[in-house]
Amino acid sequence: MADNDAEWFDEAAGPLVRPYAMTGGRTRPGASWLDVATQVVTVPSTVERVGIGPEQHAILEMCHRALSVAEIAHYVNVPLVVVKVLISDLIDRGDVVVRPPAQALRAPGRELLQAVLDGVRAL
Amino acid sequence: MVSVHSNQSSTVVPESVKILVAGGFGVGKTTLVASVSEIPPLSTEELLTEASTGVDDLAGIEGKTTTTVALDFGRITISPRLVLYLFGTPGQDRFWFMWDELARGAIGAIVLIDTRRLDTSFAAIDFFERREVPFIVAVNNFDGSHHYEPDEIRSALAIKEGVPIVNADARQRDSSKLALIKLIEHAMTKIPEGAPA
Repeated sequence: MADNDAEWFDEAAGPLVRPYAMTGGRTRPGASWLDVATQVVTVPSTVERVGIGPEQHAILEMCHRALSVAEIAHYVNVPLVVVKVLISDLIDRGDVVVRPPAQALRAPGRELLQAVLDGVRAL
Repeated sequence: MVSVHSNQSSTVVPESVKILVAGGFGVGKTTLVASVSEIPPLSTEELLTEASTGVDDLAGIEGKTTTTVALDFGRITISPRLVLYLFGTPGQDRFWFMWDELARGAIGAIVLIDTRRLDTSFAAIDFFERREVPFIVAVNNFDGSHHYEPDEIRSALAIKEGVPIVNADARQRDSSKLALIKLIEHAMTKIPEGAPA
């Protein structure tokens, strides 16, 4: 019985403990306005980047082409709440850029909707 | 598009928009997303905590209820400056309604309906109505299901006049495209006059 309990605990806790170890236990990113669709782009650097983990290196590698927070979460294979903390740190470091929150959070206006409509019609 | 000037360089960040595809479990949300997405639908997950305010670390989290909600999504690159994401809201999990972020800033939602199980889409309709998120209802015509007129659907689900109802086949790209177009046109009618472009 005790063995069964231990096994259950490991399986249940494993996938959770690992992501939170990546973020130093934090669940709330500094940039809490980051949206699932927010585009993230790596700022080119000729200097070696130090002080970041392998997941953040992976993010910088993949975001030479703009990717959304949701896509990054899928490719790095961590929950959204975790990937936001990782990205938030990269923003603070100046390693990636995103659109400012004022633009990211507003409801799309007429001009933007028209551009989306034209784009979908042309598919 | 916006240019962000940093110390290192000038980097261009595309703009993104999102459309939600909602409805009950098994109604064809991911099928619709797949029919128009340029990539096979991807999935990710969010951890929702019942007491979600003021949580800065995991200390004391033992007493809180955390649930994992999976999310499927697709991507349509409209131009190098503009990307559209289609998010299929989790159908199996009642907790997705806690997920306000999904609806925040969205163009709107397509609520898919299976006429054999109308009740499974009630919750989604209610969610978008309450948050005043523009939505349309798309009746996914499954083989062998009885055909209903839009008026019958509207009456059965108490859908307000003014909310468009369209027939759709989520497997067909052109049909899904038309549903998207209908939604965007509907969302455009909801922009207040004189609102900034």
